[in-house]
Amino acid sequence: MRSTGQDQQQVRSIWQKLHIDIPLLLGIMSLMALGLFIVYSAGGQSIDIVYRQAVRLGVALVIMFIIAQIPPLSYRKWAVPVFIIGILLLIAVLLFGHVGKGAQRWLDIGFMKFQPSEIMKLIVPIMVAWYISQENLPVKISTIIIAFILVLMPTLLIAKQPDLGTSLLIASSGIFVIFLAGASWKLIGICAGLASAFAPILWMFLMKDYQRQRVMTFLNPEQDPLGSGYHIIQSKIAIGSGGLEGKGYLQGTQSQLEFLPERHTDFIFSVFSEEFGLIGVAVLLLVYLFIVMRGLWIAVNAQHAFTKLLAGSLTLTFFVYVFVNIGMVSGLLPVVGVPLPLVSYGGTSMVTLLAGFGMLMAISTHRRFHV
Amino acid sequence: MAPRRVIIRNHSAEANLFARRTFIAFMGVMVLLLVLFSNVYSLQVASFEKYQTRSNSNRIKLLPVAPNRGLIYDRNGVILADNKPVYSLTVIPEQAKNLTESISQVSQLLDISSDRQKKFFSSVKRKRRFKQIELHPRLSEQQVALFSVNKHKFPGIFVDARLKRHYPFGKLTTHNLGYVARINRKDANKLELAGKSENYAATHGIGKLGIEKYYEDILHGNIGHQEVEINSQGRVIRTLDFTPPTPGKDLTLTLDIELQMIAKRALSGKRGAVVAMDPRTGGVLAMYSNPSYDGNLFVHGISSKNWKKIRNSKDLPLINRSVQGYPPASTVKPFLALTGLEEEFITPDTKIWDPGWYQLEGLPNKYRDWKKWGHGWVDLNRAIEQSCNTYFFALAFKLGITKVSTMMERFGFGDYTGIDIHEESKAIMPSVAWKRARYNQPWYTGETLSVGIGQSYWTVTPLQLTQAVTTLVNHGERKVPHLLKATKERSQNAEGQYQESLAQVIYEEQAPLVLKNKENWDLVLKAMHRTVQRADATGHAAFKGTRYNAAGKTGSAQVARIKQDEKYDAETTQENKRDNAMFIAFAPFEHPEIVVAVAIENVAKGGGGTNAGPVARQIMDQYFGARIITSSIDTVSSPLENITPHQHGHAQTNKEAETE
Repeated sequence: MRSTGQDQQQVRSIWQKLHIDIPLLLGIMSLMALGLFIVYSAGGQSIDIVYRQAVRLGVALVIMFIIAQIPPLSYRKWAVPVFIIGILLLIAVLLFGHVGKGAQRWLDIGFMKFQPSEIMKLIVPIMVAWYISQENLPVKISTIIIAFILVLMPTLLIAKQPDLGTSLLIASSGIFVIFLAGASWKLIGICAGLASAFAPILWMFLMKDYQRQRVMTFLNPEQDPLGSGYHIIQSKIAIGSGGLEGKGYLQGTQSQLEFLPERHTDFIFSVFSEEFGLIGVAVLLLVYLFIVMRGLWIAVNAQHAFTKLLAGSLTLTFFVYVFVNIGMVSGLLPVVGVPLPLVSYGGTSMVTLLAGFGMLMAISTHRRFHV
Repeated sequence: MAPRRVIIRNHSAEANLFARRTFIAFMGVMVLLLVLFSNVYSLQVASFEKYQTRSNSNRIKLLPVAPNRGLIYDRNGVILADNKPVYSLTVIPEQAKNLTESISQVSQLLDISSDRQKKFFSSVKRKRRFKQIELHPRLSEQQVALFSVNKHKFPGIFVDARLKRHYPFGKLTTHNLGYVARINRKDANKLELAGKSENYAATHGIGKLGIEKYYEDILHGNIGHQEVEINSQGRVIRTLDFTPPTPGKDLTLTLDIELQMIAKRALSGKRGAVVAMDPRTGGVLAMYSNPSYDGNLFVHGISSKNWKKIRNSKDLPLINRSVQGYPPASTVKPFLALTGLEEEFITPDTKIWDPGWYQLEGLPNKYRDWKKWGHGWVDLNRAIEQSCNTYFFALAFKLGITKVSTMMERFGFGDYTGIDIHEESKAIMPSVAWKRARYNQPWYTGETLSVGIGQSYWTVTPLQLTQAVTTLVNHGERKVPHLLKATKERSQNAEGQYQESLAQVIYEEQAPLVLKNKENWDLVLKAMHRTVQRADATGHAAFKGTRYNAAGKTGSAQVARIKQDEKYDAETTQENKRDNAMFIAFAPFEHPEIVVAVAIENVAKGGGGTNAGPVARQIMDQYFGARIITSSIDTVSSPLENITPHQHGHAQTNKEAETE
């Protein structure tokens, strides 16, 4: 017994040396594996698409592993210059960006195209966490105002592209830091009031036609069942017709017969719930809950205010992904292009996501050496 | 640069604050997860049935499958209306290698016009790439063969077979069968009103005339369905279920196609009609109207050239003359004689003196007999044998129009016979009330005299004549003329084998015509017998030397009015103003099996005896053939027994009362 305990200690320390957080890795890997199966079902049962996704996952895992090796407190040194570069890149996107799908998101830098907004998903929480953690908690009003400006700049630049989903995620990543840093409830109330006052301005000046259309469709999808309401109606039909036990793997008629749009990307949850039913949904939500709990556990146990705030923000933002995606495909929220994290097909956001998990792992495993 | 602020951190307080905030955030996460879950729960459990239904209606489509139309046979099982495969060339653009090139190559191979190609390409633009599009609607057999040999060169192009109505006897049967043609908007509206649209969802043609129209419901059958799964573009993925259509019932008609052929031959080059009927049943053995037209032309949609040709023909081939009114002329004399006997205005021995004309007292007009110098003393037999007008002028005058029209209406003149085609005319049985209604004029006595020789306003259809003669030979028992003899149903039994069940159609008899004195029937029938059998009688020439014992009556109807004392000469009269020839006949005299009525328009020379009589004879010669006719009914084999029913059923026929 004792030797076993020592062995475990030994094993744990090996993972520790590799900077891998085993519970988090298990959660991530199980979702990825599930994702591959559903992508196969949703992608017209083509093994090619599964192969491509597997390669991406591998690359993303490697990036996660590399990032996990970097001591998290060292991010603070890079926070300001990288944040400034990020803002400049966002401005560059608006000026010279590559237009795809009606939005300006891509920057062509000769040998490749990339989305600066993706990097901002990580830099904004780092920047805000760094800025706030310089002072004692709870955070002061003046600090909060500066922090808000730090959040608002990239948020507005990205919203202007327009990429409502990403700007929403970035805004929430910053706000989570401020919230976790102990912003007073009174202030939170005032901000909520301001936000609702801001909504009409957003509607009138910042949102593009297609975004307004999405909101209108969300409010009443049946109004235009063959046009803009089609996606959400077909998605609800897919989910609803799955029932308690689902139609069975590869048996979802809504997805297999292509009634469902964007099956392997944004609407992959609908495919999953059609084929695996409410039971499957419950299991999936529990896995996400497990990852969130682990992330928050890492945050609470982090040794430094900066790492605490960063870990908390990354975890909660991850949950926002989950909530916005599932909420949108099941008709709770308007359709904004947010993938289901770790499951949806697609490369860019997966890399960012796993980079974030790499940071979480770093925070989890590097702490002993920084006390 | 300002000195760096010294930050004294209370780590445990910070950690506590952070832990509290994290816990609150975690609570928020739990609440939102519950919101997500309960929303999915409401979709998947609470509204499960609703979404399941919507999911199924997304993917499951019912494709209608048209039933095969029932076939039509003559009484001896000869097929009269058939379903023949027609081959069309269809293309699935998606499956073609290079659409434009394949089409131009196949068009060159099969000589398909550029118009058709243009039409094809315009529908390619409108339709989905996996839907069939027709390139040529009707390939000839050579084209089918030519294509089959080169099929491998044209993936995505293939020959599609569909059943279309075909009438092997063409013109011979059109007036009886009618034809099937495309369902037009009017038909579609009617089907909609009758609630039959659904049953016709896959059907292309509908009965337009004749039997095809009258028995449309029986012939059509019931639609089948193929339940298929489709994807979001409407492409069929697989068949889930198949409900086969119920084919329409086959019809066996009372017609005898051989008699029909004889009728056509006998009428060739003439305008007119022949009706032959079995007086024992009312079944129509032959009914032919000349000239006719080919119903097959309409099945595929008639070309405007052909349509113009048919419609503009002076001979009016579209009219079914066997059910159109003609002045009956002397053919109605037996019926008038019967009226006289029944009303006791005459006896068989009543004689009148015929000087060659009849004159009403106090009036200058002379009503002329066809024989200028008259027939001398004339009794009932002679009056009918010789077709003496003077005798019937006198009789009509005595009877008056009301007694005549009342009796004639009891024979069915002036009314629908009830035959099972819709094209029938009532013709006209004039009466005082009729004239008042039609012309708002009183009835004149002079008109009664004309009615006495089957002229004036009086018209009868050849079919009405056969019905009236049938009533006569049946001593008042009245039959409904009909074409449908039996229906045949093909159904699958439990072992999947096809079974045929035959149902004879039972026609209700009409109320009989009862005379006060039954002997009057035979008096008139005998006079008709003498008309054919006595050497000097008007109907003799046509029936000389028959092996069967026939009876009949001639008639020659004046078409144009002839002025007082003017002489009629067919040779010099305009063709369309020449007399019509009429003839009625039945045989064998003792136990009649066949009644024939003939009407021929505008004959060049002679009257009913010389023109229409021979037509009646040819029909009867064919009917009796080599049979040795004796007076004993037992030895007479009836063609009715050729089809043995498996099952007796009462197939109700809808005798729709037509109103004009």
